[in-house]
Amino acid sequence: MAADKTAYLGRSVQRLEDPPLVTGQARFAADINFPNQLHMRMVRSSYAHGEIVSIDTSEAQAMPGVVAIWTAIDIADIGPVDFRADRAAEALKPYRQPVLAKGRVRYVGDPVAAVFAEDPYLAEDAAEAVVIEIEELPVIVSADDPPGEFAAGHGTEAAVMHHGYGDIDAAFANADTVIELDLRTGRHSGVPMETRGAIGRYDAANDILELHGAAKVPHRNQETLVKMLGRDASRMHLHECHVGGGFGIRGELYPEDILVLLAAMRLGRPVKWIEDRQEHLMCANQGREQHHLARVAVDAEGRILGIDDEFFHDQGAYIRTHGSNVANRTMCTITGPYRVPAFRAVCHFRLTNKTPCATYRAPGRYESTFVRERLIDAIAPELGIDPIEVRKRNLIAAAEMPYTIAFDEPHVSDMVLDSGDYAGLLDKAVAAFGWQALKVELARRRADGELVGAGIGMFIEEGGRGPTDGARIAVDINGEVEVITGGASLGQGFETAMAQICAEALGVDYRRVRVIHGHTDLIPYGIGAHATRATVMTGSAVDVAAKMVREIAIDAAAEMLQTPADGLDINDGTVARRNDPAGPAVTLGEIARRLAPDAAKPGQGDPGLAAEGFFTTTDTVFPYGVHLAVVRIDRGTGAVAVERFMVAYDVGRAVNPMMIEGQLVGGCIQGLGGALYEEFVYDEEGQPMAVTLADYLVPTLREAPDIEVLITEDAPSPLNPLGLKSAGEGGINGVGAAIAGAIGEAIGDPGAVRRLPLTPARVMDLLRRADAGSS
Amino acid sequence: MKPAAFSYHAPETIAEAVAILAEVAPEDGRVLAGGQSLVPTMAFRLARPAHLVDINGVEGLDRLVLDGDELSIGACVRHAAFHRPVVEGCLGPLLSSVARHIGHYPIRQRGTFCGSLAQADPASEWCLAAVTLGATMTAMSVRGSRQIRARDFFEGIMTTALADDELLTEARLAIPPSDTRFGFAEFNRVAGGFAIAMVLAAFRLEDGVITEPRLGVGGVEERPRRIAEAEAALEGRAPGAEAFRAAADAAAGAVDPMEDINTSAGYRRDLVATLAFRALEQAGRALEQAGA
Ligand SMILES: Cc1cc2nc3c(=O)[nH]c(=O)nc-3n(C[C@H](O)[C@H](O)[C@H](O)COP(=O)(O)OP(=O)(O)OC[C@H]3O[C@@H](n4cnc5c(N)ncnc54)[C@H](O)[C@@H]3O)c2cc1C
Repeated sequence: MAADKTAYLGRSVQRLEDPPLVTGQARFAADINFPNQLHMRMVRSSYAHGEIVSIDTSEAQAMPGVVAIWTAIDIADIGPVDFRADRAAEALKPYRQPVLAKGRVRYVGDPVAAVFAEDPYLAEDAAEAVVIEIEELPVIVSADDPPGEFAAGHGTEAAVMHHGYGDIDAAFANADTVIELDLRTGRHSGVPMETRGAIGRYDAANDILELHGAAKVPHRNQETLVKMLGRDASRMHLHECHVGGGFGIRGELYPEDILVLLAAMRLGRPVKWIEDRQEHLMCANQGREQHHLARVAVDAEGRILGIDDEFFHDQGAYIRTHGSNVANRTMCTITGPYRVPAFRAVCHFRLTNKTPCATYRAPGRYESTFVRERLIDAIAPELGIDPIEVRKRNLIAAAEMPYTIAFDEPHVSDMVLDSGDYAGLLDKAVAAFGWQALKVELARRRADGELVGAGIGMFIEEGGRGPTDGARIAVDINGEVEVITGGASLGQGFETAMAQICAEALGVDYRRVRVIHGHTDLIPYGIGAHATRATVMTGSAVDVAAKMVREIAIDAAAEMLQTPADGLDINDGTVARRNDPAGPAVTLGEIARRLAPDAAKPGQGDPGLAAEGFFTTTDTVFPYGVHLAVVRIDRGTGAVAVERFMVAYDVGRAVNPMMIEGQLVGGCIQGLGGALYEEFVYDEEGQPMAVTLADYLVPTLREAPDIEVLITEDAPSPLNPLGLKSAGEGGINGVGAAIAGAIGEAIGDPGAVRRLPLTPARVMDLLRRADAGSS
Repeated sequence: MKPAAFSYHAPETIAEAVAILAEVAPEDGRVLAGGQSLVPTMAFRLARPAHLVDINGVEGLDRLVLDGDELSIGACVRHAAFHRPVVEGCLGPLLSSVARHIGHYPIRQRGTFCGSLAQADPASEWCLAAVTLGATMTAMSVRGSRQIRARDFFEGIMTTALADDELLTEARLAIPPSDTRFGFAEFNRVAGGFAIAMVLAAFRLEDGVITEPRLGVGGVEERPRRIAEAEAALEGRAPGAEAFRAAADAAAGAVDPMEDINTSAGYRRDLVATLAFRALEQAGRALEQAGA
């Protein structure tokens, strides 16, 4: 396919979105300005938990340039930030975050008041002059702590959730060996280069309220905002600009988004808010912090009989837009790519007095993969079987696909693993990494005194959740193609991928395809870009719509060229006879002119070379991957150097391998952050200790190894016409697991690692314990 | 992250600068050098000086010259000036290898050597170098000029012997004997991060044994300091693993490390042992390379 110069699907073509980004022409939220705008500054709680005794805004109100200061009373008519429609869970509703704290503050950073002023400096001056008196309440800083009271009648344990199937008690009763581990993943999150930003503008002439700086899920957020603000969808529009990274956390609705909109209407001026880095590290969604007590039962050959996991999920101070989704995804993916006959998971979904949590790239899956792969790694030495062999004995076989995991709980939907050859990918990865020779070499180096080891993490990913997305495609009289989608771009290459799919189906150069996304006023629906579904859902819809346009073009050309339609083909925007490409031809632009409304003839059907196509699915796709890592530990400092890392990933069908590689490498380095560097630490008063990038350590180029990438297309999805799966999260999913295994081997105790991130100080402790154990 | 309001002054001469300082010092008026510490602190509103006296346009403060047997480093000499050796002999390369550990490239283009000394961050590389190599600081005010030795200059975390109205016009580093051997080892977690611990070691050899040993530790206590116990463990011994180990252990035993939520005193002590040994080994290797 790559040899065909007119084919675009599957080629690593240059990204269409790069020129403005690399020439400084891009427009991010902070670049958006409207005449006469006001600037908003939040006044935030500096206590983790307390009763608001009083708020005195009088001094601040009197300062020059201050237009208004709001507290909860001023917006008493507005409810808490709502869950997205598809996540509504009645029991969780009392835990939603009010737009401004009402009565209580529950984390350091909780917004208490909003200042609106003529410039950002004055706004910050006035914010400092707002005096909040808070009576401190006892704080809960860990989901391990006994639950307390959240509000009258509601405990901090918002839910205890169960997922399971099979006879778990029998599995453990019949086990040859039972392994039990106490495991923790640390709190970390996405730290995009661009912090959040929101600009609210009310167009009174047309009665339209606009939110600029939207990202990720503009249409979903439009739905929520329409509900919260009581407006019609046609009078509430969201606009995406360039987005400097999302990672799941950017683009969700937060209190500040609601405030700029309300203020734009009520103060009658545009209102701009740009988050600073400190706010970002205190207030934007965090994730990952879980404590698992996990057990696995195996037979004498190392075959898994059952997995039983009770865990404590630290949700932070409120339940945000995703409800309990992260905990749900954790439970659904604990068994991963393995055949697990009996399963039970119990999640204690608990609130604490820390920054609220929600989805962060591979939500619940980074966590569950760490837990599962730690268990698998523990089986190997216990039974004296090679860790690769243990995995092979338990992997779901290609012949078993599609493989259904049905949970007992009626409200938990089945997982239908659509396709996959897990063992096949493991074999390819191990071969490409040179695993056998590597193990020998590492053993030799360890014998020479080096602390080196290799680890592995296997996982499944899930993406392409429906139900429906669509796309509108129109060709103009110059042959330029416009694709209007309700997708979103977070930098992942959405425009290029959609253009490639359209170009392939229609028969044009992908560079003539302009892809629109992120504007709710241009198309009334759209799934956005989250949970790696854009390429699958929007991509499939673009494919459908492009094929419809193609048919219209060919039908028109058949008449214009006096040739039967089935004898025609489109190449590079020109329709000609398949068996005489150099013969009579007509361009798509000429066809568009012929079909233009002013050229339309009665009885010809609707004018225009355009179509709207939809793709609907009830299932999700399951790509899968293998991560392999080699680490070296510095005995004198505990520092971990990643010598090699490979991401092997089956993506079903690669639209643009270069962009997939970019996703996998970027994700992998973020995963290394969570495995080795990044941690939102809080002290016992609930004060956040990592609120600058000097304390919250994002890996830099110096820490990032060259990531080796192996992309395979062995298991295209049977669920969509192009066989697409998804690639956004496969780079991060297994990193914690692989690094944990590698460090365990390096220090000579495969099961030693129980906790992420593995900071140098923690590694030193592990080394000390390993030394004490062996002497 | 917007600083509170301040008045800005841009003197052109030292006399003008100290005159303004004398006037504004009571209102927390401060010198602005590279701004790489002061400006972020103002953005967080942890500092809110009512006046800034910008010395970047003051004539003569960017001088970096060899003055007799001392290197004179003016108040506006940037970290980046040391990327390449600034003097012949052993000192230039040492300063280059130390400078590379300071922040990131853009920070080194603006941040100044003297600003680092005035800032007195416990984890500052230049403060450690000043103490270990025995620098002398020149402070000027309307009251006149005075010299302060490094060991009297650093008083604690971000506090120095400088009075509020004093301008540090230069730091002077003695040029060490050309056969001095240096080693520097630092540990931080990500590129550009402040040191969690660092050690600067120097010695000479006479008749095959160590003489004039210096071993300074930074980032561990509230201010950098030379560790007499470690130096004693080196004096008169043959260079090599045994002496280095003894000195490293002595250093680790002698420090009283700071603690924070991420870093225990015990871990910092472990780092001192490791880094002291590595710095000394490096100095030893420099010896081999020099063919001694
Ligand atoms: C991300 C980052 C990482 C960094 N990493 C490191 C690091 O690893 N190691 C390190 O040592 N530093 C580091 N720094 C700090 C940097 O080196 C600063 O440049 C240095 O600490 C101060 O120098 P400056 O010229 O910028 O001083 P300024 O920020 O201008 O001033 C600092 C303080 O010193 C006072 N001052 C400055 N010059 C004089 C003078 N001549 N006389 C009297 N008072 C004066 C000022 O009034 C102010 O109080 C880092 C900074 C950043 C932002």
